[in-house]
Amino acid sequence: MLIKLSGGTVYDPVHGINGEQRDIYIRDGQITRRPAATVDIDKTYDLKGKVIMAGAIDMHTHIGGGKVNIARMMLPEDHRQDLVSRTPLTRSGCGHAAPSTLTAGYRYVEMGYTACFEPAMLPANARQAHMEMADTPIVDKGAYAMLGSDDFFLRMLAAKKDQEAIADYVGWIINATQALAIKVVNPGGISAFKFNQRKLDLDEKNEYYGTTPRDIIKCLAQAVNELGVPHPLHVHGCNLGVPGNVQTTLDTINSVEGLPLHLTHTQFHSYGTEGDRQFSSGAAEIAEAVNANPNISIDVGQVLFGQTVTASGDTMRQYAGHWHAHPKKWVLMDIECDAGCGVVPFKYRDKNFVNALQWAIGLELFLLVNDPWRIFLTTDHPNGAPFTSYPHLIRLLMDRSFRNDMLSTINKDAAASSVLGSIDREYSLYDIAIMTRAAPARSLGLKNRGHLGSGSIADITVYNNVKNREKMFEKPLYVFKDGELVAKNGKIVKVTTGGTHVLKPEYDKSIERSLKSYFDKYQTIKLGNFKIDDDEIVEHGNGHIIVQPCT
Amino acid sequence: MKTKQSLAKVQKDVPCPFCSIHCDDLVIQNQSGKLKVKENGCPISVERFERPLAQSTPTINGKTATLDEAISQAAGIFKKSVEPLIAGLGTDVGGMRSVMELADKTGSIIDHMHHDGAARNMLVLQDLGWVMTTMGEIRNRAELIIFAGTDASNYPRFYERVVWNEQSMFNYDTAKRDIVYIGENLDTSRGKSPTGKKPTHLKCPQDEIGEVISVLHALVGGNKTQKKDEIAGIKMAHLEKLAEQMKNTRYGVIVWAPGELDFPHAELTIQNFCEITKYLNRETRFAGFFLGGNDGGMSANNVSAWQSGFPLRVNFSKGYPEHDLQKYATANVLKNKEADALLWISSFNPEIKPPHAKIPTIVLATADTKLDFKPDVFIPVSTPGVDHSGQMIRTDSVVSLPLKQLRNSDNPSVKEVVRRIAELV
Repeated sequence: MLIKLSGGTVYDPVHGINGEQRDIYIRDGQITRRPAATVDIDKTYDLKGKVIMAGAIDMHTHIGGGKVNIARMMLPEDHRQDLVSRTPLTRSGCGHAAPSTLTAGYRYVEMGYTACFEPAMLPANARQAHMEMADTPIVDKGAYAMLGSDDFFLRMLAAKKDQEAIADYVGWIINATQALAIKVVNPGGISAFKFNQRKLDLDEKNEYYGTTPRDIIKCLAQAVNELGVPHPLHVHGCNLGVPGNVQTTLDTINSVEGLPLHLTHTQFHSYGTEGDRQFSSGAAEIAEAVNANPNISIDVGQVLFGQTVTASGDTMRQYAGHWHAHPKKWVLMDIECDAGCGVVPFKYRDKNFVNALQWAIGLELFLLVNDPWRIFLTTDHPNGAPFTSYPHLIRLLMDRSFRNDMLSTINKDAAASSVLGSIDREYSLYDIAIMTRAAPARSLGLKNRGHLGSGSIADITVYNNVKNREKMFEKPLYVFKDGELVAKNGKIVKVTTGGTHVLKPEYDKSIERSLKSYFDKYQTIKLGNFKIDDDEIVEHGNGHIIVQPCT
Repeated sequence: MKTKQSLAKVQKDVPCPFCSIHCDDLVIQNQSGKLKVKENGCPISVERFERPLAQSTPTINGKTATLDEAISQAAGIFKKSVEPLIAGLGTDVGGMRSVMELADKTGSIIDHMHHDGAARNMLVLQDLGWVMTTMGEIRNRAELIIFAGTDASNYPRFYERVVWNEQSMFNYDTAKRDIVYIGENLDTSRGKSPTGKKPTHLKCPQDEIGEVISVLHALVGGNKTQKKDEIAGIKMAHLEKLAEQMKNTRYGVIVWAPGELDFPHAELTIQNFCEITKYLNRETRFAGFFLGGNDGGMSANNVSAWQSGFPLRVNFSKGYPEHDLQKYATANVLKNKEADALLWISSFNPEIKPPHAKIPTIVLATADTKLDFKPDVFIPVSTPGVDHSGQMIRTDSVVSLPLKQLRNSDNPSVKEVVRRIAELV
């Protein structure tokens, strides 16, 4: 099957193509060079005037695993407002804050996304996270294993085990849990909360282990680097949501001394203490630091107004946030000497000073960080807003007058204390193609995705070039996944199974000796049963494994 | 679909599918198809694993049929039905995935055989939320464990694994753990520590545990209670002592078994557990833990939640999922004659009998299940974790176990049978 996408306007930043008219050919699921004139083309799409990009990639979205499932169970009233009927092609489900896996897969694809990554897979819960991801159709998936508050690691760090041994453990975890990267959440803070510590600054010690978040970040960032994991250590820093945390975030950037680091949902970590309410934007300082440090990338975790649910491994900060739960119910869990989770429903209100300023801070970050290769479009789904709000967010970035209209409707004091109104920058389609395709693919080490070059996997999105960018990005004209047309005019036309991106870094297998003894003494599962085989992921016939190379 | 595997004679680290704490350290020998639990068994696992593989064949109206005929007959029942009920749901994640597909396709109601207990928990989760912990945290951190209305004896190795474990990570001496029971008809003998430290038993009727917890809540909050010498038969001084223990522990746990709190509006008692736990976390660390979800209950509830967006008791008849914890209970649906066909699934425990509903009934059960009536279709199914591999989710809803195949069975899995029915409807 040879398909020709004829005459579309192509945005492919990996190849420096910025809105040029090009033909794209697809054969056997891959993008291929222009065939000889004698070769028959099976199907041609005339795409003159249409915009073509690679399939979009969401590199931070909570789509699977225990905490998301708790959110699903806890919020029937939210789901009842967004019920999804079955069709001859698609299964029923529900959407909004914590959608069913099936609906999440369909909706991502209908929005032009072809891959999404669960950023907080607890090793203890990894098997379930993979089962949920496997039940998320069409899109490719992958997950970052969460470390940093797990007792095995903290014991090693506290005992000052050498860096090589720690890297072996990290390598073992990535293999055992079928992960693609490593995330750290409130480094050591989830453990500290189990010892009843209620705050933990970058240089504050875990009372039991004597380790600091700074030690943990440095150690894990180095381990990830040594193992050749393409994606830098993915950091959910200390003090999430705390006014004044801008300093913590700046210190975190400096803590790694030039090692690559990804700071996630940075909006929640960019708060100052100025003004009458002692809550202000630190976005300019963070943006300046990101601009000055090429080893740093961020995603934003944009807040958009409305009901959502926050689901995080950060039990310490989720406990602190539970007073603001809306509706008034919340879950906290300590988990298996491994990590924890907190699930707190939340409603962001545009007339509330803090919420409105959070909205503005996120947009300030987007607009003040200069390099779209190092800032990714996320709402930290569902924490800042459900992922279905991305088209609206893209319009806010691309359309200054729309942005200023929205700014004029939010809490007046918040609007007045933000520099947002004075920023002229508008993202271009090229910028959007970078931040939602090329850059996340590069950051995650997905070499044949996120671009449209020959040999790349044919994950392609075709848009109508509509002036209202929200409308444009809401319902792409065509979405191709692995070369197959899966959505048309924002509706699924074919359901396929996606793959799971994993990494299999090399490590010294002798680490299993100390792990076995640790599991036998302290854990409630055997080492061998903790590990997830490839077979387990593929056996139900709803997915396959894509092994990405280490660097 | 099925291939005879050459299986190791002795398998180690075998996860047990038969109760929801899913011990995974069993050593099981297969001698010419006969299984023997060599190490780390308990009365439940020994009895279940060592049952001989029963032989039986599919039947249609009591008459022997081939598997293909039985599946085709079952599909016919679904096709004729306007409102099918798929209940029992005694299966693993794979089986449940097939159930969800069939339910969605046929507009069925789904419910699990043990969901009366789970529903009590779900009502609290959906109304209030909770602070919970897992087995690994109890094992390594708990200093005070309160068993409320349960003695955990339905989970035989619970004490061995997480209460009286010899090693604990944070240098706590587990033998010094304070164990408290609240409730009636509880066997407190296992609560005695290996060094002889006795548990405290505060005796009261099960349906007054909630009141006892409320008073404890008032006491830990420093509030005055109406002057009474005793509450639900428990001396106030004992409650005052326990309240102090709860405030002063570094890590406390309340354990309950929702299925064992079997009285009207027991969810309010569970709500009391969750409220006091949340309150205690203002100053110290305290968490809840529940024991429930046997026969694949946890797996069924979780798969339902991720695939439909709602926990169990879901009705797909309108084409989208509707969730109602009371309305879609098996007993209610059958009593109100809301279903016109029943698919009953029970692949772990031959003692569990399907309801005799007097509507076209398909039974998928272990081959040695003795039925009180002749269902329209009977298909003997294999048992996950014995006859085939799979996954199950533990009672804490966090850890899931990879089940192993230990012997070869000619019976198909629930996953396979239900998927084949779904293909035909």
